[in-house]
Formats: sequence, C-alpha cells, structure tokens
Amino acid sequence: MSDINDPLLFSCILLTVKVAGLAAAVAGLLGVLTAWFLSGRRAPARSLFFRVIDSLCALPLVLPPTVIGYCLILLLGRRGIIGQWLAEYGINLIFSWQGAVVAATVVIFPLCYRSARAALESVDHTLEDTARTLGATEARVFFRISLPLARRGIFAGITLAFARGMGEFGATLMIAGNLPGRTQTLSLAVYDAFQSGNDHRALILVLVASGVCASLLVIAETVGGMGLERVSPAMRGGTRAAQS
Amino acid sequence: MLDIRIEHQFPGRLGAFRLRVEFSASERNLCFFGHSGSGKTLTMQALAGLFIPSSGHISIGKRNVFDSEKNLCLPARERRVGYLSQNYALFPHLTVRENVAFGLLRGLPWFMASRKVLGQVYGLLELFEISHLADQHPARISGGQKQRVGLARALAAGPEVLLLDEPFAALDPLMRRRLRAQVAELLERAGIPAVIITHDPDDVAAFAQSVVVFEDGCAQGCISVGDIPLQRDAENAQLRNLALSLARLEGAAAYRGLFA
Repeated sequence: MSDINDPLLFSCILLTVKVAGLAAAVAGLLGVLTAWFLSGRRAPARSLFFRVIDSLCALPLVLPPTVIGYCLILLLGRRGIIGQWLAEYGINLIFSWQGAVVAATVVIFPLCYRSARAALESVDHTLEDTARTLGATEARVFFRISLPLARRGIFAGITLAFARGMGEFGATLMIAGNLPGRTQTLSLAVYDAFQSGNDHRALILVLVASGVCASLLVIAETVGGMGLERVSPAMRGGTRAAQS
Repeated sequence: MLDIRIEHQFPGRLGAFRLRVEFSASERNLCFFGHSGSGKTLTMQALAGLFIPSSGHISIGKRNVFDSEKNLCLPARERRVGYLSQNYALFPHLTVRENVAFGLLRGLPWFMASRKVLGQVYGLLELFEISHLADQHPARISGGQKQRVGLARALAAGPEVLLLDEPFAALDPLMRRRLRAQVAELLERAGIPAVIITHDPDDVAAFAQSVVVFEDGCAQGCISVGDIPLQRDAENAQLRNLALSLARLEGAAAYRGLFA
C-alpha cells in the first residue's frame, strides 16, 4: 500500500514537471523560430513548399500518440538513423527520461508552433514595415517588434503545451517505457496504479496531478497578465482580440 | 529628386489590378493625389522598399534603389527613406523616447544608446515639443502628438526623403488645419524633401510643389503646382475637382509627349 509519503510519488511528480517543462521550453523555442520562418513576408507567399512544411508541423496533432512513439523509435532506436549517430557519443534515448522529453516535445510542438504563428501573424504589419524603413534588420524587427507584440499569444500556447506535456502518455510509454522512479510520469503512474487495482494510490495521483496542473495554469495566467501591466490598455485589448 | 517607372499586375477574381506609374519629379515637395484604391500607397511602399513591383526602376536622389533589369533591389533598411503610415504605426510597447530612438539605434534596445544618440533623441523631442511625453506609451497620447512622434522617429533615422501616407486623415478638421501649418514648417526647417499622399486639395495647396495624379493604378507624369489653377480659398468642391481634372488632362498630355 502506498501513502502520501511514498518517495516514488514525489519523484514521479518532479519527473513529470521536469519532462513537461523541458519539452515546453524546447518546443516553444522551436515553435516560435519555425513560425517566424514560415510566417509573413519571409515566406514567398503560400508556395507549395511552405504549405507542405506547415502541414508537417501540424502532423503530430493529428497522428495517434502511439504512432508518433513508433516513428520516434524507428528514428531514435539503436538501429535508427539518429539513434546510431547518438550511440557513437554514448547517448541512448530509449528508456530514459530524456527520451520522454523528446516524445513530449514532438507531441506538443504543433501547439507551440500554431499559437506562435497565429500570434506573429496578428501583429500589425505596418509596425514591422516601419521598423524596416528605420534601418532595422529582419532579426531586430523580429526580436524588438514582432516578438514583444506577439508574446501573450505565444505564452498562452506554451502554457497549453506544458499542460498537454504533463499528460503525455502514448508516445512517452513507447519510447521511455514505464519504469517507476526513472521514466514513470504522473499519467503513466495513474494508469499503472489503476491497472494493478491500487485505487487508493491512483486517487492520490489523480488529485496531485489535477492540483499541480491547475495551480501551474493559474501561475502562468498571473505571470502572463503581469507582464502586460506596463503597456497600454489599448494594446492589451488588441492582443487579446488577436487571440480569439 | 525622384525618378520612377514601375509596373505590377495583381491577379484577382473580379478583374486584375494593374499598377503603372511613371514620373520624375525634381521639386522638393511632391503630392500623390487620387481616390482610394488608385495605387498611391502601393507606389509609396514601392519607394520605401516594402513592396517590390514586377518591373521598372526607382531612383531616389542620385541613388538607384530598384532596377528590375539590373536585378537591383535595396532592402527597406538600406533605402534611407522615412515612412510614416496613415495611423503613424508607433510601436505600442515602446515609450515615446524609445520610439524616436529606434531609427538612430537601428533597432538596438534603448539601453545601448550612446551619449550622442541620447543627445539627438532629446534634441528631436524638444524640436517637436514632445519632451514632456518622453516616458509615455503611444496609447496615452493624442492624435496630434502621435503624429509628431511619428515624424520625429522618421527624421531621427536620417532619411533622404520622407514619405507621409495621408498624414492628416486621422485628425479632426481643426487639428488638421493647425498641424498642416506646423508640419509644413517642420519639414521646411528639417530641409528634407517629402512625398505626401492625400485626398485633400488643401494639402496639395499647403505642401506640394508638384502633384502626381493617380487614377485606377495609373499615374503618368508630374505636374508643377504653379500650373494648376488651384484655388486656395475656394470653398466650392466642384471647382477644385475641375481644377484637378484639368491637371489630369495635363498629365495625360505629358504622358503622350513622352511616348510620341
């Protein structure tokens, strides 16, 4: 019987937050950069190539997580293209928590990418154009104008992605397995406890997971709102409208 | 000052829009005059490097900034053109001071400003009488103040020519009259040539030394204001329209002359 003092419980929560946090950070960064390259003037207007890339970026959203997990094993496994290369450096992602990060990153990437792209495209193009005529390079236009003005939408997307990452199950199970204390995240632990008839433990895990997710969401919302106190009410209205 | 010949075709389901602009202006202040949708803003964006036409050439001052035959197209940041769009496009997340400094710093953040840059920024704020607004965000200031911030920001980058897209359209009529005089004086003092888009014959009267008349994406030749019987005090809109149709005819004649 497990109780609230179970050391495994604590390590499982920590692992989940660590995996979801890292995955959200990596996916957020990649998502924003990809959105930058695929959005606005930079993309030679909706050419076939860009549309294909755009669809590929959304693919993990529609694929079953187990399919993503299988694909990742094909890529990262000992015989996989990337796996073989990583093995030369002594890195093995399969059955490791780092593998769980990779799985979660791939699964939540579309959430980050899509929200970042929508937020970036909703920024008034005349502002970016004006910055260009004022001598700013494309990178400076992005970091000084587009990114600050789109940050609320981007932040909302990353928050959502983080929450989704906390609940990641299918792909994580395929890649990292279900090793208690090593790769067992919250949602895996809930399933495990429930399967083995340990309803008491499952209930505790469910409560903890709900509590952690809800409080993180509240914290994220508060922090996101605070950053905007500095700027005008008009702009806040603008960005909020852009998100809806 | 400006020499331009551009052509571009926009495909559209309800008929294509064809932009065809050709003129060369030597005088300092120039007005683009015409109805909405006649290609004025597009031409201005082509000058600024924000829109790339399919063919033609553009030179500003003595510099060639665009030539489709030589495969030359300077990016907007290298054209040294100040562009003030219709809504002034002030950066909402930056203070007035940071807005004005943006061009001087070429987009670097405010804390990188050297003492020289700071001096220039405060000088401009003073010149435009907006020093007391330095720490405000654009949403907190009035339309007329926004316009001055926009002008100060455009001038700070040291442009060779200023492009003003309907600078007075967003202001109420009283404000418009006052600012028109102010802006005319500031432009005079800064000594920088300006291109102004307008629907308002009064703007033409106040600023322009020459006018380019746009119609349906077409503009050929540029007319000296001295040649137009434009009545400064005329309240009668019909009379003004007549004056401008005359100008249009003259433009067409100039075009025929070029291609005869």
